[in-house]
Parts: sequence; C-alpha cells; structure tokens
Amino acid sequence: MTEHRPVLAVIGAGPAGLAAALAAGSRGVRVVLIDSAAEARGQFYRQPAPGLGARRPQALHHQRRTWERLRAGLDTHLAADRVTHLSDRHVWCVERDSTRFTVHALVGPEQERSVAVRADGVLLATGGYEKVLPFPGWTLPGVVAAGGAQALLKGGLVLPGRTAVVAGTGPLLLPVATGLSAAGARVAALVESTAPGAFVRHTRLWSTAPAKLTEGVVHATRLLRDKVSVLTRHTVSEAHGTERLESVTVAALDAEGRPVPGTERRIACDILAVGHGMLPHTDLADGLGCRLDGPRVYADDEQRTDVPGVWAAGETTGIGGAALSLAEGHIAGRSAAARLAGGVPDPREWAPAARARTRSRSFFAALESAYATRPVRWTEQVTDETVVCRCEEVTAGAVREAVGTLGAGDLRTVKLLTRAGMGWCQGRMCEPGVAGVAGCELLPARRMLARPVPLGVLAASAEHTATPGQ
Amino acid sequence: MNPLKPARAHPGAPFTLTFDSREIEALPGQTIAAALWASGVTSWRTTRDGGRARGVFCGIGVCFDCLVTVDGRPNLRACLVPAAPGTDVRTQEGTGHDD
Ligand SMILES: Cc1cc2nc3c(=O)[nH]c(=O)nc-3n(C[C@H](O)[C@H](O)[C@H](O)COP(=O)(O)OP(=O)(O)OC[C@H]3O[C@@H](n4cnc5c(N)ncnc54)[C@H](O)[C@@H]3O)c2cc1C
Ligand code: FES
Repeated sequence: MTEHRPVLAVIGAGPAGLAAALAAGSRGVRVVLIDSAAEARGQFYRQPAPGLGARRPQALHHQRRTWERLRAGLDTHLAADRVTHLSDRHVWCVERDSTRFTVHALVGPEQERSVAVRADGVLLATGGYEKVLPFPGWTLPGVVAAGGAQALLKGGLVLPGRTAVVAGTGPLLLPVATGLSAAGARVAALVESTAPGAFVRHTRLWSTAPAKLTEGVVHATRLLRDKVSVLTRHTVSEAHGTERLESVTVAALDAEGRPVPGTERRIACDILAVGHGMLPHTDLADGLGCRLDGPRVYADDEQRTDVPGVWAAGETTGIGGAALSLAEGHIAGRSAAARLAGGVPDPREWAPAARARTRSRSFFAALESAYATRPVRWTEQVTDETVVCRCEEVTAGAVREAVGTLGAGDLRTVKLLTRAGMGWCQGRMCEPGVAGVAGCELLPARRMLARPVPLGVLAASAEHTATPGQ
Repeated sequence: MNPLKPARAHPGAPFTLTFDSREIEALPGQTIAAALWASGVTSWRTTRDGGRARGVFCGIGVCFDCLVTVDGRPNLRACLVPAAPGTDVRTQEGTGHDD
C-alpha cells in the first residue's frame, strides 16, 4: 500500500473504544484496536464465550441491540481493513517520541512476549476497575468483587455457590444481584450501605435518563419478583468461614454510619459479591505525562488529553456508565480522525453525542452524590487483624502503627513502611482501603508500568507488530 | 440451579482437565477460573506468609489473587487463561517457586 493513512491506536475495546474505532475508521483513519481480552466488548457488553453456545445471552445482559450495531459496524470495518483488532494484548506502556507513539503490549495470558505497535495518535479507552473496601473476612474464598461475579457469570456462565449476598454500595450492585438471581442463585439479601431513596424520588433527574430508568425498573422488578430482601443503610461487617465463606454478619447503620448495637444478624451464604464503586484506569495516561484530575484522566470537549496526539474516552476519564462511554468514544474518534488528518473538527457534527454526554454526566453526578449522602464509618469496623493489602498480607494494625507510632502522613510513606501496595496488583485493590485506614488522602499512585512485566521483556528489544499501512 | 439455562446455552462438547490430579470437566470458552468454580473449587492458591487459601476475587485480571500453576508454569491468572483439554492445573503454594 502506498497511500499513507494516519494510524490511531485505540487501547481498550469496551463501549468507548468500540465507538471510537468505528467513528475514526469511517473517517479515513487506520485504526489498531488493542485489548487484553479475547473478544472485543469490554465490561458492559461482556457475554458468554462463543464456545458456550448461548442462544439467549440477553437473559444476563442489557442493551443487546446497541451491542449488535457495534458488532456489525466492527465487522464491516475489519472486513474492509480499516480496523485491525489485536486481542489478548496487555498494554504495559506507551512511548512517545517527537511525532509518533509506540504501544508496547504483552501477548496472551502467558505474558512472556511483548509486541509493539507504532501509531500517529493514541486513544485511551481502558475503562475502570472495582473498588472494594476491606472488612474482616474479605479474603475468604467465596468473597468476590461484585463486578467479578458478574464477569464470571456473563462470560463463563458459572456460579460459585447456591446462596449469594450482594453488598457494598453503588449502582453496580443492582445488575449483579439480578444477574445472580437470573442465573439461579438464591440472593439472600442485597445490602446497600447508603439509602439512595432520595434519588429514586428525584423524578426530574430520572426523566433525563430514560434508558437508565427502564434498566433500573427492570432490575427492581426482578428483585421483587425473586423476593430478594433489599436492606438499605445496612452493611456487611464481617464474613465468616474457615476454608471458604459460610456466612456474613449484617448490621443496620445509624445516622452517623455506625452499626446499631443489637441489629447484627448472620445470613448463611456461600457467595458474597461485594463492591464499593469504581475507579478509572489511569496508568497509561500517567505514563504518557497526561494531566490527571483527581482519580481521572483530564479530557477537553473533544476528549483530548493535554498531551498532543493522545485522546481519552469512557471510564478512564471518570466513572459514568456505558452510555457515557459510547458518547465520549464517538466524539474522541471523530476528533482524532480530523486532527490526525491535519484538520480541525467541527463540534456541530457530533452535537447529539455531546448532548448525550452532558446528560449522562449530570445523571451520574447526581447518582454519585445520592450514594454519598450518608457517612459510613467503615474504617472503625476494620479490626487490627484484618488484612488490608491482599497481595502483601499487610494488616490494618500494621498500617495504623505506621501512622500512629512511626508518623507516616501519606500513602507513599505507609507503603514504604508496611509494603502495602507493593505486591502484584501494585496497590490497585488495596489503595482505597489503606488510605481509609491510614486516614490519608487517596491519590492515584504513579505506576511506571500498567502491567507487571517480566525482566526478560524489559531487557529485550520488542518485536514489532507490522502495523497495516506501513 | 444452572446458569446455562436462562441463557439457553448449548455449549460444545465438554472436555476434561486435571486439578491437583483429579479430573474436572470444563466447557469450551471457559477460563480456568470459571471451570474450577463450576466444579465447586473456589480456592487454588495459598498465600506466601499466612498460607491462607485464595481464589478468584476481581475476576478481570486486576487483583492477582487467582494465581495458579498451569502445566508447570506458576503465577498465571486463572481468570484470564482459557481452559484447554488436558491442562494440568495445580494449587499454587506461596510464590509458586518453593519446591
Ligand atoms: C468487572 C466489571 C463488571 C461490570 N459490569 C457491569 C454491568 O453488568 N452493568 C453495568 O451497567 N456496568 C458494568 N460495569 C461498568 C462498566 O465499566 C461500564 O458500564 C462500561 O463498560 C465502561 O465502558 P468503557 O469502554 O469505558 O470501559 P470497559 O468496558 O471497561 O472497557 C475497557 C477495555 O479496556 C481493556 N483494557 C484495560 N486496560 C488495558 C490494557 N492495559 N491493555 C489492553 N487492554 C486494556 C479491558 O480489557 C476492556 O476490554 C462493570 C465494570 C467492571 C469493572
Ligand atoms: S481474579 Fe483478580 S486477577 Fe484473576
């Protein structure tokens, strides 16, 4: 091929990355879509692996029609060679030289080999991951992250037990509870620590998000039908079991966010799906030197970061659900197509997506504040023996000692003194918990690499994946 | 209770893999974590310090709690590795390099 078309590397093939790839691919850009999963779809559209032959995947799944449109669009672009999809590639670093980018990715689940893709622009659509705050017993097998339960269920069609409790806080608990119930688990309780009731009554807001409203109603109806008891202003204060989860203690919370004495009761269960919200993936952006705003990657109205040639879309730029990710991805893809061709985009061309973006953002801001209205003094329930850093097995007692006796005043010092956050996951799972127990501010950690990389890979010069069109 | 039912799944032929020398059935497309879960196994690792049992936690490759030894190679994330016929899966003790 002689014609030079600009190459855009889109990292992440969830709603944001897919929308971006389709938008850019339709507008003269050659897109390399890179994702760590075997299939392009991300979290929201995750569905049973093809080998499972699901004839009715929508039973565990929402907004199937949007997904089918995206899938068809992607297939068209793949066939026309406008988009290349590199699956099973875990991007660990993006390098920038004066004009171009090199995306380094480990291959397959083994992750012993690295490949590199050269591109003129990079679009980060890596989504987010779950926040789970520690409590006694949270390391017992059978206790899983709420989204993790959802992922195994939607992707592998498996349940790890018969009786589930879904607990924590945030809107993700609803689809997880209905998903487990639809799959045949008995959901003994949905335990939500706040009381988002005021939000439910906020009809003006709901009217701005009709799709979410129907989704919420579907979930709620299903829970009612399945006789799931929904306990708001309650918390799971402890998980019990020896080799695996056997039961949980649930307690009501008072106005101060403390368990009310006498309200504790045990619920027998063999699955506890627990989650306390989500955090954006920011490491690749951070490595590129992009500005972060608190926990999220900064992006302007065109979804550009402050580093030229780097766009960001979806939950990397703030948690807000699949509809927002689609809108941001579409805008980012169109902006990248225009800018990489040397032009200036006309925002009027993406006005509907911009309106959807504004709507979704204000909806999620309201949702977030509704869930954050009441204090939950969860740190007081974390006993000194509770492991807070799962990888390095650091207890809350050790963290408290680092702060109290040794005078650590920030997360970094706590980490150096206790090793909390130094293990495999690089603090992704424990940071919010350690920060809470230590009473330190939660700032996104600076991670040199987005994935643990074998030393041999760092030492070897990377193999270059031939980028089409070069 | 069968999560295959609501999705009306008609999977391809099941195959077997071994977990600590015992045979376990898996369905095409499942990860090792999913196959173990489906057979009622929820832990397949012990921690380095406390020797505590661990299995899957985040389910999406972030937490590294689900590490397992596959065909002699330690420290693979069971939630990411696809199950394949004849795979030899072993409980991972500590760092996986202890023996
Ligand atoms: C486990 C989990 C389950 C969820 N389930 C639901 C649900 O059931 N219902 C709901 O409404 N919302 C759910 N969510 C929320 C969901 O994140 C959003 O609704 C939506 O999927 C966000 O879209 P996105 O495109 O920004 O990111 P995602 O859909 O998360 O897509 C990001 C993609 O980037 C890939 N990626 C990330 N880092 C790298 C890297 N370094 N290298 C290569 N690829 C990378 C990931 O594999 C993923 O495919 C879930 C979230 C999580 C974490
Ligand atoms: S369960 Fe978290 S990495 Fe596999």
